[in-house]
Amino acid sequence: MSKGSRPSLRDLLGEALAGLAQRPARSVLTMLGTVLGTGAFVAILGLTATAAGQIDSRFTALTATEVTVEDIGGADPADTAASFPPDAAARIAGLNGVRHAGVYWPVPLSAPRFAAAPGAAADQDELTLVAAEPSALAAARPTLRAGRLYDRFHAGRGENVAVLGAAAAGRLGITRLDGHPAVFVNGTPYTVLGIIGDVQRLPDLLLSVIIPTGTALRAYQPPHEQRAKMLIETRLGAAALVASQAALALRPDAPGRFRVIAPPDPQSLRAGVTGDLNSLFLLLASISLVIGAVGIANTSLVAVLERTNEIGLRRCLGARPMHIAAQFLTESTALGLLGGLVGGSVAVAAVVGTAVLRDWTAVLAPWTVAAAPAIGAGVGLVAGVYPALRAAWIEPAAALRR
Amino acid sequence: MTPVISFSGVGLTYPGPPPVRALRDASVTVRPGEYVTVVGPSGSGKSTFLNVAGLLDRPTEGVYELDGVDVSRLRERQRAALRGQRIGFVFQSFHLLPYRTATENVALARLYAGVPRRQRATTAVEALDRVGLAHRRDALPLVLSGGERQRVAIARALAQRPSLLLCDEPTGNLDSATAENLLELLDQLCGDGLTLVVITHDRQVAARGQRTLTIRDGVLDE
Ligand SMILES: Nc1ncnc2c1ncn2[C@@H]1O[C@H](COP(=O)(O)OP(=O)(O)OP(=O)(O)O)[C@@H](O)[C@H]1O
Ligand SMILES: [Mg+2]
Repeated sequence: MSKGSRPSLRDLLGEALAGLAQRPARSVLTMLGTVLGTGAFVAILGLTATAAGQIDSRFTALTATEVTVEDIGGADPADTAASFPPDAAARIAGLNGVRHAGVYWPVPLSAPRFAAAPGAAADQDELTLVAAEPSALAAARPTLRAGRLYDRFHAGRGENVAVLGAAAAGRLGITRLDGHPAVFVNGTPYTVLGIIGDVQRLPDLLLSVIIPTGTALRAYQPPHEQRAKMLIETRLGAAALVASQAALALRPDAPGRFRVIAPPDPQSLRAGVTGDLNSLFLLLASISLVIGAVGIANTSLVAVLERTNEIGLRRCLGARPMHIAAQFLTESTALGLLGGLVGGSVAVAAVVGTAVLRDWTAVLAPWTVAAAPAIGAGVGLVAGVYPALRAAWIEPAAALRR
Repeated sequence: MTPVISFSGVGLTYPGPPPVRALRDASVTVRPGEYVTVVGPSGSGKSTFLNVAGLLDRPTEGVYELDGVDVSRLRERQRAALRGQRIGFVFQSFHLLPYRTATENVALARLYAGVPRRQRATTAVEALDRVGLAHRRDALPLVLSGGERQRVAIARALAQRPSLLLCDEPTGNLDSATAENLLELLDQLCGDGLTLVVITHDRQVAARGQRTLTIRDGVLDE
């Protein structure tokens, strides 16, 4: 006998929906608080994620994979010795996650004269002579306009070769390489191997005549006033780790001679930009949800009182108190769920609309969208508990007397 | 044969204040297939008697056996199941759900017995046929006449396949011609073997029963 008396979940849902459909206008008004609450929740998370996505995309993979190591010398200002060991590039290349790493410095020449021909005295004081390891050039992500870069063999043999930045080449009037042109620095010729059209890092290189470090060390002073730097390109996500290891890998005996500049952590950047705003709006969203819950509770309670007759009748037809409670609880939960669905959909539309208007990419984590109906249902469930209990406690005889 | 209703010394006192002894020391049996009417002035305790018989209220004294089972001791869920399976109710004010069609209202009778939806609908249609409302299946209660509404309510009670039909002033809201129609339906149901207890304050209605009980100030007499 204890079995049998058991409407299926589907029946329960059917009864609940029928109950809601009886008073559509009231149901809609009751949902409003939940719609606002869940909508605000999804919209806030969606908009901040979208805005953060913009920060992220400006703060691209390029910056996120760049580490710079600067030679800051020792404690003694008179100590002008270079801090980078000769095998610096190899040491860093051995670290996990490093793609390219190389040392470069502006060659210490007081007033270099650059010319495309031996005698031609050109006034080119904007141009600089830079010594760079081939791997430093690679880390700058150059796009070649003509020719090629020098390689390790040129560098190792200290050959007089050079690569020109596009702007430098323009100033010098060197546009084609088929005549094997040379650039003269204080009269010394360097064969131009290639012209760099553009770089993604170290834009100064475009205004430079770039020679291998080996060549620079043979012909000129080592760097002293403007010290050497190292440019490291890492794999995505490895920058922080590489940055933390670089100084020690270069000079286990004196890691303090370097300053390592790592890209800012994108996570903390995003959090910093949006954190304060987020918590304020989420608070507002929670308040709307509470208001929504109170609305549902209130309406459900009124419905219970209004439908006392119906409750009595259902008890006559064999409903247990539990069935009555379940019906009203299902109604309020369905109300909350609907509110969450509507709120979530409106919010998604708002986020997408904003993104389209601003020419942004809408970023919506699936869980935030899925959370809206879940939160709505939760609100409805909690709000429905007291009215449902009240309904279950109603005595059938008393209910029918009215 | 086991009586359908067997009261011995049953009483119900509503805890006041002040306490109201709405039913006192009632001892009565109703046998299967009997058509019993209960008369009495307003406030005499007729509805109280029906509520106790229908397991809607627990007596405060005495023993009530329904189909031979002492129901005073049963737990609420078992009483609910009995109510759903053995007892059909018909009320003066019909108690139909206003936004559901006749069929849906009748189908509700089997919901809490866990009967699947389709089977409930079939049973509902059969019950409506039986009360002569086959042509009003899809009508909402709002558009039905009083007599038709009461027939829907009776169909709902019949859909439960009860062994006992309890009617509280079933003709109270109906004009005499419609009431006569309904009483004929009740006669017919009695002829089909259903046990009927009909509460009324109308002597003419009371005369339709095989037995008439009189209740006055909570005291029940043959
Ligand atoms: N829940 C209750 N609490 C207190 N007193 C009640 C309660 N229900 C009914 N009564 C009282 O019990 C007595 C019997 O009531 P009941 O409803 O059984 O009368 P009735 O014979 O059905 O009257 P009517 O013909 O007007 O329907 C009345 O005096 C009524 O006031
Ligand atoms: Mg009464």
